[in-house]
Amino acid sequence: MDNTPTIIQPSKGWIALNLRELWDYRELLYFLVWRNVKVRYKQAALGILWVILQPLLTMVVFSIVFGQLAKLPSDGIPYPIFTFTALLPWQLFAYAVNESGNSLVANQQLITKVYFPRLIIPISAVLTGLIDFSVSFFVLLALMFYYRIFPTLALFTLPLFILLAIATAFAVGLWLSALNVRYRDVRYVIPFFTQFWLFVTPVAYSASLIPERWRVLYGLNPMTGVVEGFRWALLGRGRDLELLLFISVFVVIVLLLGGIFYFRRMEKTFADVV
Amino acid sequence: MNKTVIGVKKLSKQYRIGRRESYKTLRDVIANTFSAPFQKNKPLPQNYIWALKNVSFEVKRGEVVGIIGKNGAGKSTLLKILSRITEPTGGSVRISGRVASLLEVGTGFHSELTGRENIYLNGAILGMEKSEINRKFDEIVNFAEIEKFLDTPVKHYSSGMYMRLAFAVAAHLEPEILLVDEVLAVGDIEFQKKCLGRMGEVASQGRTVLFVSHNMNAISTLVNRCIYLKKGAIAAIGNKDKVISKYLEETFKEKEKLIYRDKPSTDVPKITRVQLKTSEPNNYHVNSKPLEIEVDFTLPKKIRKTCITLLIRDKRGIACLDFSYFDTGFVCSGAGVYTLKCTFPKFRLYMGKYHVNVYFTEPPGGDFFQLIEHICPFEVTMHGKSRGDWEWQPFTTTYIEDYSWQIEKK
Repeated sequence: MDNTPTIIQPSKGWIALNLRELWDYRELLYFLVWRNVKVRYKQAALGILWVILQPLLTMVVFSIVFGQLAKLPSDGIPYPIFTFTALLPWQLFAYAVNESGNSLVANQQLITKVYFPRLIIPISAVLTGLIDFSVSFFVLLALMFYYRIFPTLALFTLPLFILLAIATAFAVGLWLSALNVRYRDVRYVIPFFTQFWLFVTPVAYSASLIPERWRVLYGLNPMTGVVEGFRWALLGRGRDLELLLFISVFVVIVLLLGGIFYFRRMEKTFADVV
Repeated sequence: MNKTVIGVKKLSKQYRIGRRESYKTLRDVIANTFSAPFQKNKPLPQNYIWALKNVSFEVKRGEVVGIIGKNGAGKSTLLKILSRITEPTGGSVRISGRVASLLEVGTGFHSELTGRENIYLNGAILGMEKSEINRKFDEIVNFAEIEKFLDTPVKHYSSGMYMRLAFAVAAHLEPEILLVDEVLAVGDIEFQKKCLGRMGEVASQGRTVLFVSHNMNAISTLVNRCIYLKKGAIAAIGNKDKVISKYLEETFKEKEKLIYRDKPSTDVPKITRVQLKTSEPNNYHVNSKPLEIEVDFTLPKKIRKTCITLLIRDKRGIACLDFSYFDTGFVCSGAGVYTLKCTFPKFRLYMGKYHVNVYFTEPPGGDFFQLIEHICPFEVTMHGKSRGDWEWQPFTTTYIEDYSWQIEKK
């Protein structure tokens, strides 16, 4: 590397993010993502099929329960497509939150034996979710083709919404992973937490069901912006997107900065506590 | 060559013990928050211990420094701070150069992944770049001797194969500074030899190595200089032979175990004491120095003849040395209390750990009095007997004979 000596001493107060160091460790990040992917598919008997089945089956259940039985309105789009478009970012989010939330504890063997920027661990967990996401994305394209729905130019904004989903998951994951090192029952809270979150996100229903005066409050959930954004980019539907997105992005930035600050503060004790 | 690469100044590390039993749960926190107003404000008893306190030293480029001390003396904490795994509470360290730490071999190995995959993963975790791993891949595989199983998940490996692979990756790190913690304590003897050899190579390439071990033989063969940590502070630093001697002197508070003692009996012959007089305190002996073994025994009544045999076995249980009193010509049969002394002017057993077994009988056909096994553990070391170019390695021989060389040029 370089010749400047490393100084090790107790850190105080605000700790800089040190993006430079993070960049130096990009290969490790790559290998950790690669490991997560390999291990995930090796251990599953159904392998990649599982990735396709999971959102498909959820879609079927939602379509029957919410679409057919409860007859929830779906903004004039066939209900299966309507919900699958939302399930895509939702499952990316849920997977990433769950994996990153447990990532530090799961990798305690590494944390107590080798040095590297600890942020790499939750980042790698979140990025792993993108693999599953891209697989199910092709399923969505196939479904859209089946229902004769073709995306508009808005499709090109999709990466922004993916980024927003990732950022939300990462922000939440940072908080949860650092808390999880301290308080071990966080791991039991995570599944409940994501389930609860699912119901305040317009995955099974349309955001238009929410009365106008609650819209701003509802928008505080950044996943609302993500899901509505996905529907807009892929299906060309969605309303009041600007305001919603503005709130979502703002909330994510606050969550993310807070998460990074908290994570970096707790980081120095990880190896002692985990 | 004389540049300081590690400068440690007043380094301290405090850990909290007692109240903080492992980790808290949210439930506890919530329960405490709600119950706190109803309880008297009692200050929580917080116990702090200093794992390291005001430790200062310097290491120059190319030095191989051993760190010794009892468990809990702060050795591992020191390495953890130097490798930046944990932060110090006070003081500072200045390190120039790329550091690799080997606090455990096989860090990050995943049992579901194949040998090939684990080489890449582990290499990256230890700080190697992908191109570097590509370049050294064949070398690593050869060193580990696992060619055939390269594409088998490591969960199917034997523990020996697993260790070899893990060490092979670590051994091919090329840092300027290497921090090693007791990794040699595992694996079979052949493997340990290989590891020690590799460590020696690394050291001879002019790299700086900090090496923590409980194995005095490994320490004395590998290092130039030694740091003896005691309760978080430096108790001795400098010349390895002096520091090791000091450490050996101070360890083993329970000296009693090193001496075998038993109460005499009024009706059967009995051995009451077996004691080694080693060259160093606490049953440490330097190879080829004089050694004495004393055996006290009582004969309550006359017997035919005292036959005492001492058998020394090494830690693998292999018999190394057998010597008997019955072949001396002295009969010794009358009732009384005796002290038998056996002297070796030069005790030639090679470095390693040994123990004593005693047989106490009458000649064949007579009574068998006692068989006392596994007593008086002792360790032979080679320290103070540096041999230059190739240092002593464990298990290369069982004993060292006296010899001399002649050479003629024709």
